Amino acid sequence: MGRPDTHAIANKILTYSIVDGPGNRLVIFLQGCNFNCASCHNPYTIGTCDHCGDCVPACHANALSISGGKVIFDPANCDQCDDCLTICPISASPMVHEISVDDIVNIARTHRAFLSGITVSGGEATQQLKFITALFTAIKAAPDLRDLTCFVDTNGQLSAKGWDALLPVTDGVMLDLKGFDPALHTTLTGQNNTLVLHSAQIAAGAGKLHEFRFLAIPGKTDTAAEISALINFLTPFGPDIRLRLNAFQHHGVRGVARQWDKMEQAGIERIKAALLAAGFENITTPALYL
Amino acid sequence: MSEIFQKLRAITNDKTLSPKQKAHYLALEAENMLPYPDLDADVAKALEQRVICDMYEGHAPYKPRYVLPDFSVVLKNGSEYLELPVPETLDEAINTLMIAYHHTPSVTGIPVYIGQLDDLLLPFCDGVSDDDLHRKIKLFWRYLDRVLPDAFMHANIGPTDNRVARAILRVDAELKQIAPNLTFFYDPDISSDAILKMATDNIVECSKPHIANHPIHRDTFDERGYGIVSCYNALPVAGGASTMPRLNLLEVAKRATSIADFFDNTLPHYMELNFRLGQARLDYLFNHSNFFTSFLVDEGWIARDRFTVMYGIFAMAEAVNTLQDIEGREGRYGFDDAANALGLKMSEMMAGIVENRPMENVWRGRAMLHSQAGLSTDAVTTPGVRIPYGTEPDPVSHVLALAPHHQFYTSGISEILTVDETVKNNPEAMLQLCKGALAHGFREFTANVASNDLVRVTGYMIRLSDVEKFQACEGSRTNTTALGSEAANMTGILDRKPRVVGQELSPKFAS
Ligand code: SF4
Ligand code: SF4
Repeated sequence: MGRPDTHAIANKILTYSIVDGPGNRLVIFLQGCNFNCASCHNPYTIGTCDHCGDCVPACHANALSISGGKVIFDPANCDQCDDCLTICPISASPMVHEISVDDIVNIARTHRAFLSGITVSGGEATQQLKFITALFTAIKAAPDLRDLTCFVDTNGQLSAKGWDALLPVTDGVMLDLKGFDPALHTTLTGQNNTLVLHSAQIAAGAGKLHEFRFLAIPGKTDTAAEISALINFLTPFGPDIRLRLNAFQHHGVRGVARQWDKMEQAGIERIKAALLAAGFENITTPALYL
Repeated sequence: MSEIFQKLRAITNDKTLSPKQKAHYLALEAENMLPYPDLDADVAKALEQRVICDMYEGHAPYKPRYVLPDFSVVLKNGSEYLELPVPETLDEAINTLMIAYHHTPSVTGIPVYIGQLDDLLLPFCDGVSDDDLHRKIKLFWRYLDRVLPDAFMHANIGPTDNRVARAILRVDAELKQIAPNLTFFYDPDISSDAILKMATDNIVECSKPHIANHPIHRDTFDERGYGIVSCYNALPVAGGASTMPRLNLLEVAKRATSIADFFDNTLPHYMELNFRLGQARLDYLFNHSNFFTSFLVDEGWIARDRFTVMYGIFAMAEAVNTLQDIEGREGRYGFDDAANALGLKMSEMMAGIVENRPMENVWRGRAMLHSQAGLSTDAVTTPGVRIPYGTEPDPVSHVLALAPHHQFYTSGISEILTVDETVKNNPEAMLQLCKGALAHGFREFTANVASNDLVRVTGYMIRLSDVEKFQACEGSRTNTTALGSEAANMTGILDRKPRVVGQELSPKFAS
């Protein structure tokens, strides 16, 4: 099914977010991801609905129905019980909606005074590359909106060619790395990390790597080998690279990763100390441990 | 008599109040043994039922509620009455102010306004190094908090970016004291982005200062200017507010049979009674109390004709929800468009009535509408036009829902926006929220950061750690903790979604 390049499937839109880049941001969470991370804290954004209909009877509030072979969602009836998310066999969500570049431009306009910028997140935003490129181009072309910074929050699974299209209209990239050891990365995400590491280098090379994030999972990515790989990889980016250490938590996680240990503050502080010792100056650690 | 003796005894023997705090409450009890100013039967009944309220200001108003002396007068002329020469150095200027504060009357006995400090002190700063300035302001700040410990005492700075304002912001973030409260006047045409950022960074650090929308306030008042005092009351400088009769909108709504009845009959009726309550108190203050024979008037610190009346209203949220219930509608205030529209209609109508009702012995002959922040003894009701504690939407939706009200509340209105502590990693967000709120017509931007020890209850600050101590019965050095803990126990104020938490709040001794 063809969707115009100016449209995308969104899971959620927030007009207030202070954790998705600098300042207060309009955040668009796009549906669908090309990784399949056991550690994902919003797994219902991974799949794209194939309208199997399994979730319809599971809805107690009559918010879901089938019409013309498609699942229709009625937000007015939904009480956010999330039963449909639990039942979906492919980690998708029926509670998504199609958005257009114009929709987002209009929202940005009504909230202009409160916004520092726009962030597209996901899911994996770059899976809908044409949409985000069109959106950022439209923002930059609008005299009243062009001061908004355009950021993308990505897992880095994008080719050099993709970055060629996106980077010219992008102000900042926030990139998440799940692990350095290729086998470990494949176990954690279902994909190898070649593209991810390359993406970080491309964004940094363009001076647009706003933040590099590393998810610390006890016994997996907090090992001495992983931390020294992290240091080696980041050294060429210079000591003031903005580095965010995320701690693996159970909040929102389902499946096997529930059995994994949570990352405690002491462990994060230990990694931070190693990074400080290696000369990195701009390290953010979680404000909260849940 | 035995009942009043018991009450007086409870005050004198209280475990937690300081002797000074006891003297204050004892004086109030003595004042209240006097008969109330003459009220007609309707007003007296509405007062007894607390549909209207005198803020427990006392039975014999012998001082205005809020006094905003023009401190530039004493700095320029010295004072004959106080035998003060004209100050010449920064030390002399600060010393003169410290003396002046002790002669500024108020409802609590502690001044609510300590001046536009940068305007007042800048002329004395030539040749003073930044280091010296910082040290002197720090000592000044320590004096204010220790000697006049009340969160309602309020300093003003801005809108220019200047050395004194910067020194004050720096010291305020360093000391994180409850007192003084602080407002920065912001004017996008005058204030630099850098000083606004410094102010909003301070909010992230210690939930202070408030940011006032200077262009809007400036145009509401005259050349002599205005001050933000107490919590967030905007009042004429060289004057103030004589009194604040307030209307409990929930009680008004309960007496209506329908929305139409509320707007056609109940609201206008009780508004008129509240005017009469105010006028009766004014008559006493102006015609009997001899307050205006003070040297403050003779020397020009204040003028008899610059005192307004703050027409207070509160519990809009509960009033709207009550009317919605009467009409069988489900939508709640703060969340539902129809409910919000109903609230806005109330604000608009009340502003119109206040604008058209002449009053005697009032600045410009009219009261000024005020969205009142509440007393520690208010249970079940929400301050002013705010959205109830614990149910507020995100800060942006919060601003958008309430911004249209702000044009009507000329003597002050404020919402406390709660921002979670992740903002500490992203202080630009606070700056942007502030700019957004002011651009949308907010008269005042006030925010709390969830994890700060220094938090705001309704308009004043308390330290959460002080409340814990107070409740463990150790007493507290600051007047506002007593209020704050009373407010926290009675009104669920700390349920305010992650929310930060002053004598004015607890006008009466709570036995
Ligand atoms: S959301 Fe999942 S369960 Fe529901 S129709 Fe789509 S694929 Fe099926
Ligand atoms: S979350 Fe899903 S299952 Fe629950 S009410 Fe909404 S649509 Fe229905």
